[in-house]
Amino acid sequence: MAPSYAVTSGLPCLWSTIPGPKTANPPGAMRLSPSRLCLKIDLYHGLKKEKGGFKLASTIETAYAEEIADRNPESQVNDFSIQVATVNGSGSQSSNTVLMRSIFQMGIPVSGKNLFPSNIAGLPTWFTIRACKHGWIARKKEIDFLVAMNPETAREDVLSLAPDAAVVYEESLKLDQIRNDLIFYPVPFAKLAGEVTKEAKLKRLLANMVYVGVVGRLLSVEIEEVRKAVLKQFKTKVKAAELNISAVEAGWAYAEKNLQKRDRFRLERMNRTAGKIIIDGNSAAAIGCVFGGVTVVCWYPITPSSSLCETMIDYLHRYRSDKETGKATYAVVQAEDELAALGMVIGAGWAGARAMTSTSGPGISLMAEFSGLGYFTEIPAVVFDIQRVGPSTGLPTRTSQGDILSIAFLSHGDTKHILLLPSSVEECYQMAIDAFDLAERFQTPVFVCSDLDLGMNNWMADPFPYPEKPIDRGKVLTAEQLAKLGKFERYRDVDGDAIPYRTLPGTPGGLAAYFTRGSGHNERGQYSERPQDYRNLMDRLARKYETARKWVPAPVVSSNGRASGIGLISYGSSHWAVEESRHQLSVERNIETDYLRLRALPFNEQLRSFVKEHERIYVVEQNRDGQMASLIKLEVGGDTGKIHSILHYDGLPIDARSVTDQLLQQEKGR
Amino acid sequence: MPTLEKDKPKTNRIGLTLADYKGAESTLCNGCGHDAITSQIIRAFYDLGIEPHRVTKVSGIGCSSKTPNYFLNRSHGFNSVHGRMPSVATGVALANRTLLNIGVTGDGDTASIGIGQFVHLIRRNVPLVYVIENNGVYGLTKGQFSATADRGSKSKAGVSNPLPAIDCCQLAIELGCSYVARSFAGDPKQLVALLKGAFVHRGTSLIDVVSPCVTFNNHPDSTKSYDYAKEHEELLHEIGFVPYFEQVTVDYDEGTTQDVRLHDGSHLRLKKLHRDYDPMSRQGAMRLLEETRESGELLTGLIYIDPTSADFTSLLNVVDEPLATLPLEKVRPPKEALNEIMEELR
Repeated sequence: MAPSYAVTSGLPCLWSTIPGPKTANPPGAMRLSPSRLCLKIDLYHGLKKEKGGFKLASTIETAYAEEIADRNPESQVNDFSIQVATVNGSGSQSSNTVLMRSIFQMGIPVSGKNLFPSNIAGLPTWFTIRACKHGWIARKKEIDFLVAMNPETAREDVLSLAPDAAVVYEESLKLDQIRNDLIFYPVPFAKLAGEVTKEAKLKRLLANMVYVGVVGRLLSVEIEEVRKAVLKQFKTKVKAAELNISAVEAGWAYAEKNLQKRDRFRLERMNRTAGKIIIDGNSAAAIGCVFGGVTVVCWYPITPSSSLCETMIDYLHRYRSDKETGKATYAVVQAEDELAALGMVIGAGWAGARAMTSTSGPGISLMAEFSGLGYFTEIPAVVFDIQRVGPSTGLPTRTSQGDILSIAFLSHGDTKHILLLPSSVEECYQMAIDAFDLAERFQTPVFVCSDLDLGMNNWMADPFPYPEKPIDRGKVLTAEQLAKLGKFERYRDVDGDAIPYRTLPGTPGGLAAYFTRGSGHNERGQYSERPQDYRNLMDRLARKYETARKWVPAPVVSSNGRASGIGLISYGSSHWAVEESRHQLSVERNIETDYLRLRALPFNEQLRSFVKEHERIYVVEQNRDGQMASLIKLEVGGDTGKIHSILHYDGLPIDARSVTDQLLQQEKGR
Repeated sequence: MPTLEKDKPKTNRIGLTLADYKGAESTLCNGCGHDAITSQIIRAFYDLGIEPHRVTKVSGIGCSSKTPNYFLNRSHGFNSVHGRMPSVATGVALANRTLLNIGVTGDGDTASIGIGQFVHLIRRNVPLVYVIENNGVYGLTKGQFSATADRGSKSKAGVSNPLPAIDCCQLAIELGCSYVARSFAGDPKQLVALLKGAFVHRGTSLIDVVSPCVTFNNHPDSTKSYDYAKEHEELLHEIGFVPYFEQVTVDYDEGTTQDVRLHDGSHLRLKKLHRDYDPMSRQGAMRLLEETRESGELLTGLIYIDPTSADFTSLLNVVDEPLATLPLEKVRPPKEALNEIMEELR
């Protein structure tokens, strides 16, 4: 798992001048955490800057103040990561959620990442909870507090820890014999669970809940919050909740009686999560679809996208039955494959439904044919791609941003699509709504490119706002409008924005009918192989894409006005690591960066000027080939020498330290 | 000059002429079986007085899939991608359950590239009239065998087909299809009655029509030629369609005629010929097709019908009005609903 600090710190020059934690501390020396070290560096530069008349950024001030308050070298409060190593299918998901939620309820910013195998039961799985008072919610590489429940990986898990990390483990594993620079807490989990229940199957599940009690006690979690979290988790299953609370209490009591606190990690109530929700991106997107007026959902199960449609089915069932008749105001079909899933969506979109599908890489490959049809015949469709690691089957349960380039041009011939790039659960929700509006406005497939990290992991967020804008159905002519116009040509650019008008099947009056074909067609929709008709059509489709530039969500640019010539660009779930990395660069190295977060394709003018205004551009993304960087180079032309890539593609969510290290490396090599 | 009454073209019950149901000029070969089928589709819509705007025409790719352009130019049409018409048609049916959907396909489009979608369309009982224009050959790519070509049938170049044929009717019955018929492009009277019955039936109605390819598969060694079909055709029954709006009580002999009542009150009237055959028996239908497969007969008529079947949109309990045009208040839950969801996530 995560290697030690010494390997990953990537701060060789400064670190060498300041005594700090390498592999072991001299006896009696004050133990410094890396974050505290960073502050020292920052303090130094910060002061220098103040002399030069600069004002400190407020985030640095805050971090500084909090750090001062936390001077006690023996404690590291609300800023560390916990990793729970378990066996897939052992019920650990509930325990992990309860622990994470308890911390969240204590007002401490928290994020959870599930690292699971492509397997139903039996293979190793890890869950990482990061508590961070500063609010950084990207993955943190370093593990501070390990809960080793899986005999198979325990040894490797322990070996990968940094010195002074804490380990809670099943007593019989004897992990304390592996290393002597860690803090070990042996716990007889099986025995404790056995005291709560006699049932063998339950015992295994409850052993995981026992760990919540042990860890809760060791980290000073408030037990009332754990109880609340258990009740929330098991909702109406009262008996299960009681049993699980007993297991928590058994662990708690054991720790209280037998384990002397020797590690430095501690949780303390804060007030930074009040009013917030915890949700995964797929559920957020599902809610967006339900409130965005989806009417036809066609999908084929595939990890990591299945939960999007499954969650949506639950919400549709609850909130989208017709009041008078009780009948469904939607239709959901589990298709026979992804070809059919998008085929149904295209058919439904053509007939006027707000139709969507959700898939992942292998499904995207299969959807290429219908994507081209949708583009060429101008039919609205919404496709969610919850990206996983490719090529081919790849790593089905790991995350990546590796489909961007293929989706941008998905299908044969000159094809280009509108892409939305959500970074947060809020955007998964909002962009689901936007996607339907854009698909109907532009009469074309719209791809929402999420990923496994965003889609399946739990994220904190503000509650989603109710959509105030009415639904945009785009340019659809009614029978009355047709009668007034007296004629209708399906593919004529009437308004000069390259978006034609369409009609829906079933429209009376005799003027609405037209023929849709994936073969060459003229403005009236008639079959045509005339060179000029084909050119006209392709040119108008290109112009329509130009129109879309002004409609899609604009990038978010952030700059503190002290830019050092470095411009960072990222998108999707990479955003969180980039934000944290910018802070690291600023605080640790006094390197100020500007940042542009892409939210859609086609790009708009802001991207071009951002690239122009910066000496060096680093595009941060989670794939091997720098796919977005390639698209940006295509877009800006000429000035591409200054566009560099920072890449992360090992299947794990990107972390800030990796970004910082790579950036420094490339800056050094200039 | 005033038009004389006798010069006025005849109109149907909604005041449209036969020409109002026509489409563009066919670009298929002269004498193509598909054009004969197109004529009967036009005739069936005209006779029943169906409003063209209530109809959608969908197809895949191939000679047969071009034909929706040749009928009902007042209806929306969609010539989609090869073998995938069933999924497109499913989407259309879900978006607007008030439409009458007709899909035209070929033997390559259905039995080879599209067999997966064909199977699942039928399994779901999607409301769609599914017409296979079956000539046993790929016409547009110049004469390769399709998966419905009979074993031993020869190509124009004299090559014998070594593989057994897929019988789409047999497959459909196996999959639970509730309206299965076989016909021949050279038998317009039977075909038009089967089409009308299919227009009224709820669910997937399959009509497999032997439709000779005059260019690539009409030679003496072909089993899908006009001559072969004429020689080997055996009618299951004489079939007539009585629409609900023409209810005249005609006496018929229950011993020789079977009357199948369809859900809207129309009837299919089947006059027995040589066999005592009941198209309401699924087992009987399976046995019959197995027998004729061995005898090599081209058996035509209504092979199986279950007039009580529930179609896919009913199974999904979808609202009666088109999903496509539901107003905002029906497709966006109120603010309280979102608040409730958010509360649960806190």
